[in-house]
Amino acid sequence: MNTTAKASYQRPLDFKRGRIDMNHGAGGRQAAQLIEELFVQALDNPYLRQGNDGALLDIPAGHRLVMATDAHVISPLFFPGGDIGSLSVHGTLNDVAMLGARPLYLSASFVLEEGFALADLQRIVASMAHASREAGVPVVTGDTKVVERGKGDGVYISTTGIGVVPLDCHISGANAKPGDVVLLSGSIGEHGMAVLSQRESLAFGTTLVSDSAALHTLVAAMLAAAPNGAVRTLRDPTRGGLATTLNEITRQSAVGMHLQEDAIAVLPQVAGACELLGLDPLYIANEGKLVAVVDAPHAASVLAAMQAHPLGHAASQIGVVTADPHHFVQMSTRFGGRRVVDWLSGEPLPRIC
Amino acid sequence: MKHIDAYRNGDLARGLAATIAAEAKPERQYNFMEFCGGHTHALARYGIVDLLPANVRMVHGPGCPVCVLPIGRIDMAIALALEHTAIVCTYGDVLRVPASAGLSMQKAKARGADIRMVYSPADVLQIARNNPSREVVFLAIGFETTTPPTALVIQQAQRENLPNFSVLCCHVLTPSAIGHILTSPEVAEWGTLPLDGFVGPAHVSIIIGSAPYEPFATQFNKPVVISGFEPLDVMQSILMLVRQVNTGRAEVENQFTRVVTREGNRAAQAVCEQVFELRDSFEWRGLGEVAHSALQIRPAYAAWDAEKKFTLPYLRVPDHKQCDCGAILRGVKRPTDCKLFATVCTPDNPMGSCMVSSEGSCAAHYTYGRFRDIPLVTHP
Ligand code: SF4
Repeated sequence: MNTTAKASYQRPLDFKRGRIDMNHGAGGRQAAQLIEELFVQALDNPYLRQGNDGALLDIPAGHRLVMATDAHVISPLFFPGGDIGSLSVHGTLNDVAMLGARPLYLSASFVLEEGFALADLQRIVASMAHASREAGVPVVTGDTKVVERGKGDGVYISTTGIGVVPLDCHISGANAKPGDVVLLSGSIGEHGMAVLSQRESLAFGTTLVSDSAALHTLVAAMLAAAPNGAVRTLRDPTRGGLATTLNEITRQSAVGMHLQEDAIAVLPQVAGACELLGLDPLYIANEGKLVAVVDAPHAASVLAAMQAHPLGHAASQIGVVTADPHHFVQMSTRFGGRRVVDWLSGEPLPRIC
Repeated sequence: MKHIDAYRNGDLARGLAATIAAEAKPERQYNFMEFCGGHTHALARYGIVDLLPANVRMVHGPGCPVCVLPIGRIDMAIALALEHTAIVCTYGDVLRVPASAGLSMQKAKARGADIRMVYSPADVLQIARNNPSREVVFLAIGFETTTPPTALVIQQAQRENLPNFSVLCCHVLTPSAIGHILTSPEVAEWGTLPLDGFVGPAHVSIIIGSAPYEPFATQFNKPVVISGFEPLDVMQSILMLVRQVNTGRAEVENQFTRVVTREGNRAAQAVCEQVFELRDSFEWRGLGEVAHSALQIRPAYAAWDAEKKFTLPYLRVPDHKQCDCGAILRGVKRPTDCKLFATVCTPDNPMGSCMVSSEGSCAAHYTYGRFRDIPLVTHP
């Protein structure tokens, strides 16, 4: 990120009409200009300003490192409640937080398609900067590459997060035990349906916005509400939705689960849109929700801590962990019947009839 | 969405369940076929089976349009995309159905075929307008519900004289399938057909009305209750069927009166009549050839008929030899009777039609109900 070119010798980037071209990824003057005038401007922090290819980081003593990485590919790039920029920050921070860690640093790498409007890129980077500032986690290093027109979907963003977790904190998808309680931080399906509502050829009118949010402060509040070890598992039900996340946990922990359908909140707009398209909200993506498996004696205090946090105000207990050699996630329906909440087979595709 | 919640009220459901249990005579067995995949889905997803007394059994019929689409037809669509380099568009879950040579439309897409998912045939028309140098084909599937929109776009294409648009028509008809189930020679081979009545289709009946089911009530002496797709609709319809059986009636009753009439939607029927005519015979996956059970495009619209335009051969592709779909779709066997169920045949790797879409009977049982086949694990 070394930029020696004097700004006055160069025409500044034209953010109104300008477009990405192959030179922006060639590592020359134009690449440096893009980094300087866009990325460093927006994401500004001392680490980034050092201008090295990497970042030298401080880590508090008595902790272990947590690292998570995520590639973000989304269409459309802008959707109600967010865009690929903020999403790429939230998604990775949440992956770090789901191990009980405090996220400290982010890196970001951009794959840009030739012809992409600079104005859109500026909007995305600004949103990313806003999300990272709001979360208190700086983007300390990054990279950009440009691919030829037609070889990318505008922008791909890959982010990596680093966080720290105290030596005595052990949170894992493998820790759930029969008798534990399953908590969910709020209503499901908003992100997935907000994105779908904007898809070309589908575009249905809705007031729905994505729930995209960084969850690490909620996690911190939950961990503070119970002794070490009480919170066994944390996970954010993103792609594949709640159903997939719970199946992952039961398989990893070799347990079963029994859910109560009427305890799982679904906004009426989400339920309505799902109905229309023949989709099940249990399989729709979320970007600002988490599932926690907590030992029964401390479930009430953890739930209270969640409800006291803005991102968990609609939290509820949705079920219990059972001993089940088949690792089934079962659900008592609102009707009083029972069903399996299974893994998804392939992508959720709308029904016809 | 108050409207939806009203049809999913758990207390009402338990009340209905109690009434069904009280009125179903313990000394007899009630076997009802829900024709539509939508009903199969509702029964499974809301766990309604648990609320019914043991002697009221629901049998899943062939009413899932994706499940009954024969592999040979999907092969035709893939050939159009791969060999004729057409843009082939279709509805969502068709993309996943396995086709010949280890392909599916989704997999063909990964091999470079231009295959697109659409939500309505009007979108396909737009794609054709936007790509004048490409052939654009709509793989049109479904029962009477999805037929009128297809007819409308064919007429629109004719009005616009759109030369690069065509339809691979695979629309099928509900009453012929029900008739086939009641009369096919295979059934005689398997012995008694244990069906006491039908839960009739909802969306289909909005178009065709309730009248086309009347022959089943009179000729075959089977009650039909046309039912909405909400779980409470289905339960109420089951109760109505139980009452008909108890009183020895066989009538067409309409539970879904909020939408369905006896005549159906005349305007929609007229459009379909203009554009389509009956096929002599059509292959249904799981049922085989069924006479007069599907539609083809009339000669007047031949320019928009992909089968005529591309001279596509149709090759029959049989299901796995041990697949019991035929018996299951006719109510003679249950999914768990099939040797392949949940071992060789799973939703990720379906061998027969019943496993193809989540509305198929094998898939619904696999996805929502298989815990019933093994000892239940109680709470800690
Ligand atoms: S389990 Fe598979 S092979 Fe067997 S009947 Fe069902 S769909 Fe056919």
